[in-house]
Amino acid sequence: MPVPSRSRPVVLAVSSGGGHWVQMQRLTSAFEGAEVHYATTDPTVSEQIGAGEVHVYPDANKTTPVRLALCIARLAIIVLRVRPDVIVSTGAAGGVIAIRLGRLIGARTLFIDSIANARELSVSARLALGVADRVLSQWPAVAEHTGADYRGAVL
Amino acid sequence: MIFATVGTQLPFDRLLLSLDSWAAGRPDIPVLAQTGTSRLRFQNIATVGHVSQAEFRARMTEARVVVGHAGMGTILTAAELGKPLILMPRLARYGEHRNDHQLDTLREMARLSNVTVARSEEELHAQLDSALAGDFEADRRRDLVTAVATRPLLDFVREFVWKDRPVSGHADATTPRAAA
Repeated sequence: MPVPSRSRPVVLAVSSGGGHWVQMQRLTSAFEGAEVHYATTDPTVSEQIGAGEVHVYPDANKTTPVRLALCIARLAIIVLRVRPDVIVSTGAAGGVIAIRLGRLIGARTLFIDSIANARELSVSARLALGVADRVLSQWPAVAEHTGADYRGAVL
Repeated sequence: MIFATVGTQLPFDRLLLSLDSWAAGRPDIPVLAQTGTSRLRFQNIATVGHVSQAEFRARMTEARVVVGHAGMGTILTAAELGKPLILMPRLARYGEHRNDHQLDTLREMARLSNVTVARSEEELHAQLDSALAGDFEADRRRDLVTAVATRPLLDFVREFVWKDRPVSGHADATTPRAAA
């Protein structure tokens, strides 16, 4: 039975390609029942997604200023179109940018650092600490010395 | 078939050259390597620059042994598929990554029963020989990994998504139709 759309949260799930995307895929069952939109840097993933719409943004980091500007602009368009209630990101930089933009429209935001970061938070997660409502590390010891929380892992 | 992957962001020629030199001695074993941004050409292995997510999974499924950098996409996918995986970590001192976080990843992921570690060309050759000799088969499916995150993380994310709203799954379960 379909739930009235008002009571159904709109989720924007943001992740770079590769390992970030694979980790997001392991979280999809937590989005069941919500209206899910994926934003990612890898346009080939749409073949994989059953439910949910896929939006693509350009990959960028601080060493690629032009792409970074394009990345911010594209994510701004995606955030304004989707109007998410919730933004969940598994990194990297694009997730922090989307979360920053999402805060402007009142979205609840969650950044989950990659399980690859077993000793220290990634640069993106450190940036997310000041911006996202919740930042998770997938390693208890990392959470303990960084101010992130630990709530389990994708593996 | 052996499938090797170095991800999409940075070249990792030390791994690819080591694989190429191994393949020179084993012309009977086909090798396909996803080379990312490498500019080199290789004599003894087939290469492809980038593959789609779907093809990445398909190639891994076909492979007898997977060789990769210590990237999480490679590690998680190989674990789900129960594939023998030989990992060579990227090292910052050779300019293979911005930092040495792949060593941290590896220290933890080497515990997975399908994973072995190769830190040099010689180690990679030895690991490949031993994986093909079948030493690996005995315990490779000991801790097959499911395709979803652990329960506590899924519960946390679900709760975060549905905060202040009735969870639809639960609401459905209480409707008369679902109960009947």
